[in-house]
Amino acid sequence: MSETADDLNSDAPVKEFKELLTFFLAGEEYGVDILRVQEIKGWDSVTNIPNTPEYIRGVINIRGAIVPIIDMRLRFMLEKKEYDATTVVIILNVVNKGSTDRVMGVVVDAVSDVYNVPVNDVKASPDFGTAVDTEFVTGLATIDEKMIIVLDIDHMLNAAELAVVDQMSE
Amino acid sequence: MSIDLEQFHETFYEESFEGLDIMESGLLELEQGEVDLENINTIFRSAHSIKGGSGTFGFTAVAEFTHDMETLLDQMRNGERSVSVPVVNTLLSSVDVLRNMLNAIRDGSEIDADNVAEMTSAIKSILGEEDNAPVSSEVEKSELVAKGWIVHFTPHLDIMKTGNDTVRLLRELNSLAESAEVVVDNSSLPPLSELDPEDCHQSWCINLTGNDVNEESIREVFAWVDDECDLKIEPLVDENSYAGPERRDVEDTDRRTKVPERRATERRTGKTTESSSIRVNISKVDELINMVGELVITQSMLSRFGELDEFNDNTLDRLKDGLAQLEGHTRELQESVMRIRMMPISFAFQRFPRLVHDLSATFDKKIELIVTGETTELDKTVLEKIGDPLVHLVRNSLDHGIESPADRVKAGKSETGVIELSAFHQGGNIIIQIKDDGAGLNTQKILSKAKEKGLVASDERLMDESIHDLIFRPGFSTADVVSDVSGRGVGMDVVRRNIRELGGAVEVKSTPGKGSVFTIRLPLTLAILDGQLVGIGEETYILPVISIIESLQVKTENINAVAGNAEVYRLRDEYIPIVRLYQVFGIKPISTDLESGLLVVVEAEGKKIAIYVDDLLGQQQVVIKSLETNFRKIEGLSGATILGDGTVALIIDIAGLIDLYQKDMASIVVPIKGAAA
Amino acid sequence: MATILAVDDSASMRQMVTFTLKGAGYQVTEAADGQEALTKAKSQQFDLIITDVNMPVMDGITFIRNLRGEANYKFIPMLMLTTESGMDKKQEGKAAGATGWIVKPFNPDQLLNTVKKVLG
Repeated sequence: MSETADDLNSDAPVKEFKELLTFFLAGEEYGVDILRVQEIKGWDSVTNIPNTPEYIRGVINIRGAIVPIIDMRLRFMLEKKEYDATTVVIILNVVNKGSTDRVMGVVVDAVSDVYNVPVNDVKASPDFGTAVDTEFVTGLATIDEKMIIVLDIDHMLNAAELAVVDQMSE
Repeated sequence: MSIDLEQFHETFYEESFEGLDIMESGLLELEQGEVDLENINTIFRSAHSIKGGSGTFGFTAVAEFTHDMETLLDQMRNGERSVSVPVVNTLLSSVDVLRNMLNAIRDGSEIDADNVAEMTSAIKSILGEEDNAPVSSEVEKSELVAKGWIVHFTPHLDIMKTGNDTVRLLRELNSLAESAEVVVDNSSLPPLSELDPEDCHQSWCINLTGNDVNEESIREVFAWVDDECDLKIEPLVDENSYAGPERRDVEDTDRRTKVPERRATERRTGKTTESSSIRVNISKVDELINMVGELVITQSMLSRFGELDEFNDNTLDRLKDGLAQLEGHTRELQESVMRIRMMPISFAFQRFPRLVHDLSATFDKKIELIVTGETTELDKTVLEKIGDPLVHLVRNSLDHGIESPADRVKAGKSETGVIELSAFHQGGNIIIQIKDDGAGLNTQKILSKAKEKGLVASDERLMDESIHDLIFRPGFSTADVVSDVSGRGVGMDVVRRNIRELGGAVEVKSTPGKGSVFTIRLPLTLAILDGQLVGIGEETYILPVISIIESLQVKTENINAVAGNAEVYRLRDEYIPIVRLYQVFGIKPISTDLESGLLVVVEAEGKKIAIYVDDLLGQQQVVIKSLETNFRKIEGLSGATILGDGTVALIIDIAGLIDLYQKDMASIVVPIKGAAA
Repeated sequence: MATILAVDDSASMRQMVTFTLKGAGYQVTEAADGQEALTKAKSQQFDLIITDVNMPVMDGITFIRNLRGEANYKFIPMLMLTTESGMDKKQEGKAAGATGWIVKPFNPDQLLNTVKKVLG
């Protein structure tokens, strides 16, 4: 996690701040570094990929690139929800250590807001019962009394994928 | 002006590695006793270029090492040294050392200094130099720094015929000094009638004054015309003083430190920069430019239609013509662009003479290597990745295929075994064959081994081809026969996997006592594929047209169910396993009734399957996109493409699908071994 | 602006020479060997020739000798790129009609200084 915090540090326009894009997932608000967000689009049909876990919804075409779409609710084993008008796909740049960056999309309930958060205000997450494995959490930020869970997308999206590879190669 | 030389490094590495390959193959020819002056010259030139480049780009260690090789080669080409096997072998080893040095520099790793030193002394001992003390040819002159100099410059008549210009020389001289007085001597000018304007009849006497001028820098001005003039330089005698040697030292270091500074940066490039550039024949680029030109013309023609308010039959026809043209140009442009990625397979083949040479010695075998079809072109990416599998197969043929000379004689064959490496086109594919005239695969041994490993049921009966194919199966470890030389302990399964990753296939045919042929089939390019679109439920998948044998409507009487779930289809006198794609891929189909859909019979690696689909949708060329760029490899798929409507369709990897199907079947019912049999 | 023909069989050297000279505002044409250079020099007039010595097909010295024989290259400066060790090459080059030489290895600054000197 220190790694990502550093990244955010150096990427932020003002040294002490970082901008977070937040979204809702099963009633909780999550944040990702806005510099990693490539675009946000409404849900559209995808091409299914055979023999992959349910949370891999499929692939779509983003300007000629084949981009996998991951349903975050299913990924975190939350209750399934029909996609509706607020459902969005956030296209993210995932930095992959030792390899080239990837582009992946995540399906979330709705986009919330963009916040400028002082880096120091992102506190290491206590090991308490968030829906998301603390392993994927960079920390928690409090904005206007609200708690935002800041996600470590590099870890989350690579781990998501690696878990599958391991499972498949068995 | 400061120029970052690093930008040229990639090109330098590329051409240096090419140069090393040229040296290597040249030396191997020499070793076989073909002493050809042009060949030695070519080897020399490569060494010379590497030396020149490495010096310029600051790789001093490489330049120094190559210098000795070059000296040796220079002696050889001048006939001062005879071409002997030990010398050639030393040079061959030097090529290896040099290659390692360049690799190390490129990857930012440490050069193996011991290795270099060892090789350097080996070359030096051939050259007869025990220790080459750095030649300091700088003549120690007691340098005089005078208040000024008198320069008598008398050019020869023909000085201008080498493009030298006396005015330029005088100007340069002038720039050295604080002030210069020039006296021209025209006394030797002939009468105008006899004057040849191309000759130089004048001479000059120049008085230079200034504190910083030394004799050396004056001589440097005239260095190029040393033989074309008489030059006399005298110090201005009055007020002269000895500035002492220190003064000159400063001058010298000033001029020379620049180069070593750059050398210090040699190590700095710590990060591996993978080669991703490509060298393209200029004619291919010209072709591309032509195509783009055509496209622009068509585009401007079409754009006129945008200005029309309404269309009549005439304009509509012309619009259709224009669109047809556009389609043609687009296709041609696409093909031209693809051709840019094509490179001759010689890049992959050229390492084999050396490999075979070295391995023959290791195994005590006599091998003749015949290489044909080196100019066959294939995609650069395929080319780079096919190298290792090829090495493995050739090593395998040499190690296991070809018998020892004694055994060969016993079998009534010539002592020398033959390995043929060939490449050619066949129906949109590239075929590479590795053929040996050795003993052939030992069918019995393979079978008993496979049974021992549990790959084949002990009572199973298999055709020879199916048995031979077992060597490609994972788990058919050949550990007891794979010696160190047969490559990093990898098995044939890795060879097959690597080839499949390139969208290709490999199979073996073997005749006892006559030898084996390994045939590799590769797609021309990784980028484009002729695809058959098929519908399964809501999904559209793409089958490579090249793999399709036929498509047919199902006749119920031809379906045979074997042991419950496994179905085979009788097509003429063959039984072909039916693969219900919706089952393998977990898709909801329109229908599960075989008769309401279609069977597409496909073949890969000698195995046939009949794929059950809901519908055939049409054929089109598709651009292959990797699923791995942003995701990962999926078994049974070779990639994806984007269809005309912007949606993504997945491309089926036939060989992978067959594997997947067999795995599926194995987990449900009895194994179907050698599906094609 | 002056036009220069740069001849070298090594692509990296060619790139470096071209890049340096273009950066200084010269127009540069490349050739990979003496034969190609000769063809190009005959179809277009250059103000300066810079050539490597050791090249396949036609070496630099033969190239200079041939080109010097052309009427419109009689007085055009021709420089060869040579290594320190090649003193005899320098003589041979001079005899063939070379104006002068640039000693390898050289850096871009040295190259530019020499070219400026020759082209004035």
